[in-house]
Amino acid sequence: MKKGRARYWLYIPLCLVALFYLTPLYVMLVTGFKSFEEVNLQTMWSFPTNGLHFDNFIEAYTKLSPYLWNSLKMVIPAAIISSILGSLNGFVLAKWKFPGADIVFPLILFGMFIPYQSILIPLVEFMRSINLYGGIPGLILTHVIYGLPITTLTFRNYYATVPKELVEASCIDGADLLRTYWYILLPISIPSFVVVLIWQFTSAWNDFLFAVVLTNPQNWPVTVALNNMAGSQIIAWNVQMAGSFLAALPTLLIYIFLGRYFLRGLMAGALKG
Amino acid sequence: MRRNKDTIISIALVAPSILAVSIFIYGFIFWSGRVSFSKWKGLLPDYTWAGFDNYLGLFHDPRFMIDIRNTVIFTVLFVSGSLVLGLMLAILLDQRLRAEGFFRSVFLFPMAISYIVTGVVWRWLMNPAMGSRMSGFNLLFKGLGLDALISKWYTTPKWGIAFIAVPAIWQMSGYIMAIYLSGLRAIPQQLREAAEVDGATELQIYFRVILPLLRPVTLSAMIILGHISLKVFDLILAVAGKQVALDVPAVYMWQTTFDGYFFGRGAAIGILLLLSVAVLVIPYLRYSLRTEEEL
Repeated sequence: MKKGRARYWLYIPLCLVALFYLTPLYVMLVTGFKSFEEVNLQTMWSFPTNGLHFDNFIEAYTKLSPYLWNSLKMVIPAAIISSILGSLNGFVLAKWKFPGADIVFPLILFGMFIPYQSILIPLVEFMRSINLYGGIPGLILTHVIYGLPITTLTFRNYYATVPKELVEASCIDGADLLRTYWYILLPISIPSFVVVLIWQFTSAWNDFLFAVVLTNPQNWPVTVALNNMAGSQIIAWNVQMAGSFLAALPTLLIYIFLGRYFLRGLMAGALKG
Repeated sequence: MRRNKDTIISIALVAPSILAVSIFIYGFIFWSGRVSFSKWKGLLPDYTWAGFDNYLGLFHDPRFMIDIRNTVIFTVLFVSGSLVLGLMLAILLDQRLRAEGFFRSVFLFPMAISYIVTGVVWRWLMNPAMGSRMSGFNLLFKGLGLDALISKWYTTPKWGIAFIAVPAIWQMSGYIMAIYLSGLRAIPQQLREAAEVDGATELQIYFRVILPLLRPVTLSAMIILGHISLKVFDLILAVAGKQVALDVPAVYMWQTTFDGYFFGRGAAIGILLLLSVAVLVIPYLRYSLRTEEEL
C-alpha cells in the first residue's frame, strides 16, 4: 500500500507555503512587541532585542478599547438573532414546505451573493428614516438581515438530513409544529448553532463596509477605527501592529479553539461543499 | 385541521424573515435602480428622471475605465492564483500525511481575519521604498540574494493592482484548499486503485482521473472567487487607500456616493456590480439547487 510509504519530501512545499501564510502574523507580533526606538525599516524581520514591550498592546488597547467594545456589543446580538431566525427558516423550509417555498428559498439565497454597494444608498436612507442611523442598533439590524441567507441555508441543509420519520412520529404523538421544533429539532441542532454563531460572529466582526457607512465615530466598530488609525502618520508602527493584532484576536481565538465548526460554516457557504 | 394550523404557524415563523429579505434585498435593489435613473446629486434626494445618463456617463468616465481594467486584471490573477495554490495544497494534504490538521489550520487561518487587519500588515510587507529605506519583502528578498524579485509592488505604474492579488490569494486560497480537499475525499478510493491496477502512474491518476472528476468543484470555486473578486473593497482600501490607480468599482461607488454625494452615479455603479455578480451567480444557484433535487 502506498499510504504506508514515508514521503517526507512532501513536507518541503507544505512547510514553505506554511511559512508564507504565517509571515504576516510573524511581522505583526514581532513589530508589536518592539520598542519605539527599535521599529526601524531595516530591522523589521528581526526579533525584538531589548525585551518584549507589552506596553504597545496596552497603548493600542487604550486607543481601541471603546471600539473593541462597540464591536462586541454589535456582534453578539447580531449573531444570536440571525442564528435563531435562520434556524426557524431552515426548519420550515426543510420540513414544512409551505406553498411557494421552492421559490422563496433561492430568492433568500441570492441575498448571500449580492454586492452590498447595490443596496447601500437605500439602506442609509431607510436607517435615517427610522432613526437607526449612526448607532449600534441599526448596525445590528443590518447584520441580522443580511446574515439571514447564510444562516437559513446552513440550518435548512442540516434539517434536511434529519429523517422524516422523526418529525412524522412526533406529529402522530400529537405535537404541533412548534413543539416538534422545540422538542425534537432544536436539541439536535446545537452543533449547527455553534457553526452559524461562529460564522456570523466572524463576518460581523470583520465587516467594514456597513460599519463605515452606518455608524457615527463614537459607535465605530474596531475595523473602522483601525483603518483610521492605520491611515494616520502620528501613531507609531509598533502600536498599529499591536492594534491590528488586538482587532484580529477575538476571531483568531474562535478559529483556534473552534476551527472545526468554523470550517463547516465555510463549507456551507460554498453551497455544495 | 391540524395540518392547516401548522401551515399557518409555519408561515408565521418565516414571515418576518421573508418580509425583511423582500424589503432589504429586493426592495432596496429596486430603490437603488430608481436612484440610478435619477439626477440625485448632493445631500437632498432628487428623483428627477435622468434616463440612462448616469450609466452613459460612467462609460465615458476615465476613472470607471480604470476600474474595469483593474477588476479584470485582479480577477484573472486572484482567481487563477487561488485555484492553483488551493488545488496544490489540497493534493499535498490529501496524501494523508501526519500533521495534516496543523497545516490545514495554518492555511485557513487568514479566512478568520478582517481584510482591514490584513491590509495594515500587507501594506507594510509590500513597502515599495527603495535604497536605504527598503523594507518588507523587498528587504527580505535582498537579504536572501533574490534581488530579481524586488519590486515597487502596488505602486508599479499601470500594474499595481496585480500586486493586490497577493494578499487576496493569501487570504482566500485556504478556503479553496478546503473545498478541493473535501472534493478529493469524496472520490471513491476504488477509482484510484482501479487506475493503479491498470498501471497508471500517480501523476497520470491525478491528471486523467481525479482532475476531471473535480470539475464541478472547480466550477464552484471559480464562481465563489469570481464574485468575491468583483466585490473586492476593504482590502483595496486598507492597502492602497483611495488611490485612483488602484481603484475598483466598489471603492468608486462608496467614494462618489458618500464623499462626493453623486448618489445617481453611485447607484448606477452599484447596479452594474450587481448585474455582473448576478450573471455569475444565478446560473450557479439554479445548477446547485437542481442537482440537489436530483439527489
